[in-house]
Amino acid sequence: MILALLRRDLAQFFPFTGSGAALPTVFFVAVAMLFPFAVGPDVNLLARTGGGVVWIAALLAAILPLEKLVARDIALGFFDQLKLRGATEEAMMAVRLLAHWLSFGPPLLLATFPAAALLKIEGESFSILLLGLLAGTPGLAAIGLMIAALTASLRAGAALSGLLLIPLALPILIFGAGALARGDPVSLGFVGAISLGLVAIAPFAAGAAIRAAREG
Amino acid sequence: MQAPSPFLAAENLACRRGERLLFRKFAFRLESGAACHVMGANGAGKTTLLRALAGLTTPYAGSVTRGGALGLLDERTGLDPDLPLGKALDFWERIDGCTRPEGTITILGLAPLLEVPVRFLSTGQKKRAALAALLNRAVPIWLLDEPLSGLDAETIAKVTALIRLHVGGGGIALIASHQPLDVPGMTSFAIEDYAPAPEEDYA
Repeated sequence: MILALLRRDLAQFFPFTGSGAALPTVFFVAVAMLFPFAVGPDVNLLARTGGGVVWIAALLAAILPLEKLVARDIALGFFDQLKLRGATEEAMMAVRLLAHWLSFGPPLLLATFPAAALLKIEGESFSILLLGLLAGTPGLAAIGLMIAALTASLRAGAALSGLLLIPLALPILIFGAGALARGDPVSLGFVGAISLGLVAIAPFAAGAAIRAAREG
Repeated sequence: MQAPSPFLAAENLACRRGERLLFRKFAFRLESGAACHVMGANGAGKTTLLRALAGLTTPYAGSVTRGGALGLLDERTGLDPDLPLGKALDFWERIDGCTRPEGTITILGLAPLLEVPVRFLSTGQKKRAALAALLNRAVPIWLLDEPLSGLDAETIAKVTALIRLHVGGGGIALIASHQPLDVPGMTSFAIEDYAPAPEEDYA
């Protein structure tokens, strides 16, 4: 059942198969492309600030899929039908978390290659950036899932979820972008730890949220 | 059906929608082969009752017990609107481990619709698709919320026959509907009989 569910969720959210699911990645590259136009082609400046821009672009890209992440399937009765078949909300949300991350994490990491080239991020900085995003995106996905589940029954949910994600993502951003600025891979450990903690609680928080949405 | 005989029972059940108490002190027990028709005006609490019986919501008071798996048919089908009907049904067939779905598709006349995306289906066609998903599960307890709304006369006869067949085979069916249903031996009750009096203070 878990595998069938994961396949369905992936088909729904994955770039090129799901409707408009490639958008976050395209958006990410577009931001990285615009930045040099905005601040000018000074190579040193770009190399110094580029990492932060990539992180912010990643954060914004993580917000884009939130609207469809949970609310749509609640309205469909999809989770209800799964529940009747004995699945727990926690399991549904764990699968959804994995599918959500797979649909924007790896594409984002791939898109980091052209983005880094545009922003003149090279050598060690680039590997720190890539590792940081690898460690940080699961955390972003977990925050996104919890927020999407919590705001699913609200009318202004979509707009609100973006607003809520930004402050919650601050620790990941500070350590992730900080590691890059100081050339210090140790902070990446913090990013990884925060991500792990978030990934561990997200299915339970999101599961409780969709149960509560049902009672509404 | 499963080896132990299925049943569905509620005791002293009370449900609220928002702050309003819809019904209280509601009790029944359905054994294998029983059909029950729940009547009530719009907003009386039929859907709320069915969702509480299905275990999707926690009742305000009282308890629901059941033996055997349960299927709920309501207006929210759980079928992906963007997928062609065939693919959308495929997903639930995989989840349910249903190996021979062709029968239900033929009975419900869904064969010509399999390529049509679910969002383009009419109300009646969607209802038939949801019924197919329910039939594929082969569960002993059916909770049907307005199973006949939006259906033409021919399909109503078909659905009624399916309910009769299900009940005749030892299944249980609880049907919330405005339309009359022709199922032999079916009991019925009106949900308004359990509505609290306006001044009643239920705690």
